[in-house]
Parts: sequence; structure tokens; C-alpha cells
Amino acid sequence: MSDTGVIPTAVKIVIAGGFGVGKTTMVNSVSEIPPLRTEEVLTEAGVGVDDMAGIEGKETTTVALDFGRITISPRVVLYLFGTPGQNRFWFMWDELAVGALGAVVLVDTRRLDSSFPSIDFFENRDIPFVVAVNRFEGGFPHTDEQVRQALDLDSNVPIVSCDVRDRESSKDVLIALVQYTMDQLAGV
Amino acid sequence: MAGDRDWWFDEAAGPLIRPYAMTRGRTRPGAPNLNLVTQIRASRNRSDLSQLTPEHQEIVDLCHRPLSVAEIAAYLNVPLVVAKILISDLLELGDVVAGAPFQTSDIVDTKFLQAVLDGIRRI
Ligand SMILES: Nc1nc2c(ncn2[C@@H]2O[C@H](COP(=O)(O)OP(=O)(O)O)[C@@H](O)[C@H]2O)c(=O)[nH]1
Ligand SMILES: [Mg+2]
Repeated sequence: MSDTGVIPTAVKIVIAGGFGVGKTTMVNSVSEIPPLRTEEVLTEAGVGVDDMAGIEGKETTTVALDFGRITISPRVVLYLFGTPGQNRFWFMWDELAVGALGAVVLVDTRRLDSSFPSIDFFENRDIPFVVAVNRFEGGFPHTDEQVRQALDLDSNVPIVSCDVRDRESSKDVLIALVQYTMDQLAGV
Repeated sequence: MAGDRDWWFDEAAGPLIRPYAMTRGRTRPGAPNLNLVTQIRASRNRSDLSQLTPEHQEIVDLCHRPLSVAEIAAYLNVPLVVAKILISDLLELGDVVAGAPFQTSDIVDTKFLQAVLDGIRRI
């Protein structure tokens, strides 16, 4: 790429959901680079460390973030971040949410309850999200309406079915999210 | 690049000892606005790179095309807080430049979102 002097605008899509639901797999499917991992240092209380003075003696913990990248154009780059575990790491969720154009909440129908915290998080912050049902073998047959009821979703939140191991299927989820974000803007 | 990550978890030595050394004692980023996706690019006019540590040089090399803070941290295999400190040094020296901070207006712009949509369709 030539040095045009352009510094792109960066945006994020957050991929959320319970442990083992397929977040990293989805990032892997659509990213143009092998997914990367970076670590944030947090205090025991779960707050980010931005000052290393005197930290040697303190109890800290690290939280790993998996992410991928899609270069949209020389002017726009999209990052996909998988969320770290729920509960302890809300600080990281807040950081991920800044600048996110929206979120995907991945759902495993065998463990619907594990997606409640993610849904609450994005609802409370008015961040547009779609629910993507990852089709694991042995998942319970269900209709979108059953999922909507079980998750207590607003009638306009899109529900899409996907196989996160498949690039086209994962792309469809992202497309549904951006489309939904645009619809929200247009007040549809 | 640090090949093994054991140092990070070496409790006997204490966490953050090595990254602390890497930042030459700097403890907090001088540029407080760096976030995960802030874009960093090498400047065309740079100071004497031989004065820099290998980690600083590596960042300048990586950023011949714009990269996010998170990517830089991942490629250097250092925690984000360390990457932010090193990048702050380079910003102060003028060896790299950072993209504008995030603006909400970006993501509530229909044209912008349409470009993102088209970009996703192309991959
Ligand atoms: N059979 C099947 N396995 C999947 C599917 N999606 C993810 N997996 C597997 O489930 C495991 C957990 O996925 P991962 O992406 O690491 O979950 P994460 O914890 O949400 O990041 C991995 O071994 C994946 O290969 C799927 O749709 N079908
Ligand atoms: Mg994962």
C-alpha cells in the first residue's frame, strides 16, 4: 500500500456471548488476518491499569482479547473483537463498546441463559445488536419466535441463524447487523 | 519479538518486570487518548531511529501502514498498557502519528455505514 498519508477511521463490531459459543471461531472466519490476541492488565477489582508505577507488588490479572480485521477501504478499517468472559470483566466490555457500531450476541440454544448478560449489556447502552443463533449439532429445534420469547427480545431485534465456521454465514450475520444499524438510524 | 510468554506469568519475578524495563521506567502513557483501535502510522520524517530501543523501532517498522494500538500490542507480544507507553514515546518524538480520536458522528452516518456494508460484502 502506498503512503498516501491517509489515516483510516477505525470502527468496531463486538462479538459477544457465553463461553464456548463460537466467538473466536466467528472472528477467525471473517478476519483478513489470522486472529490476534492482546492482553489488558487489570487490577483484582477488574479495573484497567494505565499506570505501571508500583504495580510490581500488586495483584493483577490479565484478560485476553481475540480480534480480527477487515480493511474496508484505505479510509475505513473494521475490527471485530470477541468479548472476554462475562461478569468479572465489565471494564473491558465498556472499553470495547466505545466506538462500536454494533454487536453480535451469539447464542447456543442449548444454553440460552448464558447470553442474558450480553443482551442486558447492549440493551442498557443502546448499542444496536443482532442475535445470531449458532447451529451446533444437537441444538434444540426452535423457531425465531421461541428464541425471541426465551430471550425476551424486542420485536425489532433481528434473529439470524448461522454456522460461525463458515465465512459466508458469518458475513451474513455482520451484514444483518450493519443493515439493522442503518435501519435504526433511518428510524425504520 | 518476545517468543515465549512465560515471563509474563512468572510470579517469582513479579508481573510486569520485563515490560517495565522495556518502557525504560516510564509508567504511564503520555498520550492518554490511545484506545484499542487508535490508528498509528510511521511519520515520513523521523528522528534518529538508532537512538530508539528495538521495541520502538519495531513499532515504527510495523506502522509503515496504519495499524491499531491493539495490533501493535499483539505483534510485539506485550500487554496493551506497555504498547501504549511505547507508542506515546514515539508520538512525542514525532516518529509516528495517531489518527483522530473516535467520533460518534462516524457511526451514525449512513454513507459511512453503507461503505462498511459494501466492504463486508466484498470479503
Ligand atoms: N460443531 C460445531 N462446533 C463449533 C461451532 N462453532 C464453534 N464450534 C467449536 O466450539 C468450540 C468453542 O468455540 P470458540 O469460538 O472458541 O468459542 P468462544 O469461547 O465463544 O470464543 C471450538 O472448538 C469451535 O471449533 C459450530 O457451529 N458447530
Ligand atoms: Mg474465544
